[in-house]
Parts: sequence; structure tokens; C-alpha cells
Amino acid sequence: MIKIIDLKKSFGAKKVLDGVNLEIEKGKITVIIGRSGEGKSVLIKHIIGLLRPDSGKIIFEDMELTAMKERDFNEVLKRFGMLFQSAALFDSMTVAGNVGFPLKEHTDLNDEDILKTVKEKLRRVGLVDVEDMTPAELSGGMKKRVGLARAIVMDPEIVLFDEPTTGQDPIMSDSVADLILETQRALKTTYIIISHDIALTLKVADKVAMLHEGRIIEEGTPEEMRRNPNPILRQFLEGRASGPIKVY
Amino acid sequence: MKAYLESIGRSAEAFVATVGSMALMFFQAVMYAFVPPIKFRNIFKQMEFVGVQSLFVVILTGTFTGMVLALQSYNALKRFGAESLVGPSVALSMARELGPVLSGLMVTGRAGSAMATELGTMRVTEQIDALFTMAVNPVKHLVVPRIIAGVCMFPVLTVIADFVGVIGGYMVGVKLLGINAGVYIGRTVDFVQVSDITTGLTKSLVFGLITSLVACYYGYYTMGGAEGVGKSATSSVVLASVLILVSDYLLSSLMS
Repeated sequence: MIKIIDLKKSFGAKKVLDGVNLEIEKGKITVIIGRSGEGKSVLIKHIIGLLRPDSGKIIFEDMELTAMKERDFNEVLKRFGMLFQSAALFDSMTVAGNVGFPLKEHTDLNDEDILKTVKEKLRRVGLVDVEDMTPAELSGGMKKRVGLARAIVMDPEIVLFDEPTTGQDPIMSDSVADLILETQRALKTTYIIISHDIALTLKVADKVAMLHEGRIIEEGTPEEMRRNPNPILRQFLEGRASGPIKVY
Repeated sequence: MKAYLESIGRSAEAFVATVGSMALMFFQAVMYAFVPPIKFRNIFKQMEFVGVQSLFVVILTGTFTGMVLALQSYNALKRFGAESLVGPSVALSMARELGPVLSGLMVTGRAGSAMATELGTMRVTEQIDALFTMAVNPVKHLVVPRIIAGVCMFPVLTVIADFVGVIGGYMVGVKLLGINAGVYIGRTVDFVQVSDITTGLTKSLVFGLITSLVACYYGYYTMGGAEGVGKSATSSVVLASVLILVSDYLLSSLMS
């Protein structure tokens, strides 16, 4: 569905992506893992067009996203949703205003229909009677859920998650993992998740890819990754400080 | 020596880059201002923020400036027996210079810093990125309404500052210092021409553009968390204030 071909990106002298190649399958959950600062966020920002690569391509259904003009790209963006690490809810709006924002911007639905859809999406992520609350009144976990409701409100074909469990306690992280699984199974949407949370990765992924030093060094199903002898992958999956990955 | 020259070169490069990015943002904003759908609700919300919410500070500044102008000019003009010119002196100073400049500086401090802070916070909390990913152009959604509000509301605030300044001057000149009311008003009407008021309004329009554009620019391109937001707010107020004073001189030269 999405092909990332030889993607390269540097910031000044620092090479962040050094030839990333990856295929994202339709209707599956792909988790891209890697240490903090390895460029996972940079990679996901390229997929959604927030960053432009120095070289390389991202192909989505025969369209080269990296070469599209703004107007055409905006049409493609309507088929994407994204859950940010901080949820990125608009402070100036209520929960209903946040979740209904894409509908207000891109559809002709009236306020009543928008509210109906908003309530349905909030219910899907396990929230009721929160429409009139402001983001400041929500807990971290609730913010993530509202962020996910906003990401799926336009029924996108692809949803990207930037570190969905960062800052969550283990129980809340597991609840987020369940939420990801439930919504993906129900909507059959393609999910792309970047994370360094091994428990989440092994629980939800159909495919795992490890980003290290600007490249995808290993990819496969969670089971294949568990059995993979690559010492870098092993060190990361086992969470060891000693090994080929240097700790700074 | 080489290091010194390099640092000058880097500063010059950064300055040119800033001016270029700001000009680019301005042209984008002008372009998106005419691309439907026009976001009237956002525009009115910003007009209320820049205009209505700045009323108190502008009225306060305008009134006391008019009062002190009357007091000072009375003391100076009395020496030449020209107390009757206190009214025109206050009105001309307010209309051509102090009305637009002082209200511009006050609104820059209040609304400009708030604009930069709000956009800066939206940047560091990824809200601007979120807009982009929802296929909503952030410049159209955030910058255009603020620039329109600045350009529309600064002249309105200037008219109000001029008006309350003249009233303040009248209160001090006539009620406190004993200048004849008929003379005060008559001389003011005789001396002040429409062109004096339009000069001030033209200036305020430019100041509105400067304040909103500079605030949006610094807010939009904020980097570095809470510290970055603070820096953006400070930089935007300092630069906008300096540009207001410099452009005031240039516009005065052009229009005199």
C-alpha cells in the first residue's frame, strides 16, 4: 500500500535517515521500532508530508507523495489520520470541537450530524459524556483516546501513531494497545505505529521493522523478530544496556 | 579577525533569511486570504481579540496622552501668549503621531505578544502539525485571520485613541487650565484637516500589518519548548516595536 524507497534525510551534518526501504501492507498494523533519536518521528513525518526528504520516494497507490503539489497532497491527506505523541488537541476547543474539526472543515454535515458522529467515534474509543470537556480537564490517557477519535473521525484508510504509549503507566499502555487492536480490527484500517514500547509492539503488530542508524535493519512478524539472532535487535528487544548499541 | 567576520556573516545571513521567510509568509497570507472558504468566524474572533479587548488600554493611553499634551503645550505656548493653540496642538499630535504610534505600541505589547505566545505554544505542542495532517492549511487557518484583524482593528483603535486624546486635552485645557471652550474647539476645527487624520490612519494600518505579521512569524516558527515560546513572544514585541518606530519616521517623511 505504501512503499518507502531509499529515503534519505539529513539535518545539517547529521544524517537521520540513510536510505530507508520499507513496505507497509494494507489493512495491517506495522510497528516501526528503534531507540529514541533514531529518526522514527522523522520517518513518520515524511509519510504524512510534514517533512520533505533529501532524496528517495514514498509511493502510495501509484502516487509519489514526495513529489506531489500541495492541493493534490491535501486530497491524499484526507485519507490519513494521525495520533500525535502529545495528542496535539486544540486547547481552544472542547473535545467535541476537536473531534469534529476535520468534519467541519471537509464535509457539508450540519452541527447535529457532526455531534452524532463525534459521539459515535468517542464511544468507539471508550469515552462517553466528555464532549463538552476541554483538553485541560482530561487525563493523559483520555487525551490519547480523544486524539485517536479525531484521527479516525473521517474514516481514514491509514492511521499513523507517534509513540502512542509514551508517558503512560503499564496498565494504561496495555489499554492503549487493546484500543489499537479493537479499532483496527473493527475498521480494517492500515495502522503505522512508531514506538519503543516492546510490550505494545509484540501485542499489536502484524509486522515489525527496526530502524537503526538511519536504515531498516530487520523486519518481520513479531514471532520472526523474537527468533531473529541479530545482536542489535536482540539487545533492543531485551532492553539491555550492554551490547552493540552504544548508550550515550 | 576571521571569526569576527564569520559571525557578522552569519548574523547577516540569519537576518536575510528572517526577512525572506517573513515576506514569504506575507505573500502566502495574501494569497490564502482570497482562497475560499473565507473563515469569517476566525477573523471576527481575532478582531474581537485585537480590537475589543485592547479598548481599555488604548482608551487609558489615549486619554492620558491627550491630557499631558495639553498640560505641556499650555506651559510652552503661554510664554508666547498662544494658549489658544493648545487645542490644535493636542489634536494634531494625536492624529498624526501619538494616536497611531502609542496605540500601536500598546496593542503590540498586549495582542502581539499574545499572538506569538499562542501560535508558539501551538507549534511546540504539535497543534500546527496536527492542522496540516488534517489537510487544513495552517497559514490560512491561523495567520490570515490575525493579519486581517491587525490591519482592520489598528485604524479603529487609532481613531478611538485620537478621540479620547482630544477629549482628555479638552478636559485639561478648558476645565483645568481655563482656556475658553469656544476658542479651544474653534481653533482645533480650523487647524486640523482630514489629511492629518488619514495620515495617522495610514500609519496605523501599516503598524497593524507589522505587529500581526511579526507576531505570527515568530509564533509560527517557534522552536525549543517553553523557553522557545518565551523567546518568540519577546522577539516579536521588540522587533514589531522597533519596526513601528522606524516605519513611523519613513511614513512621516513620505507623507509630509
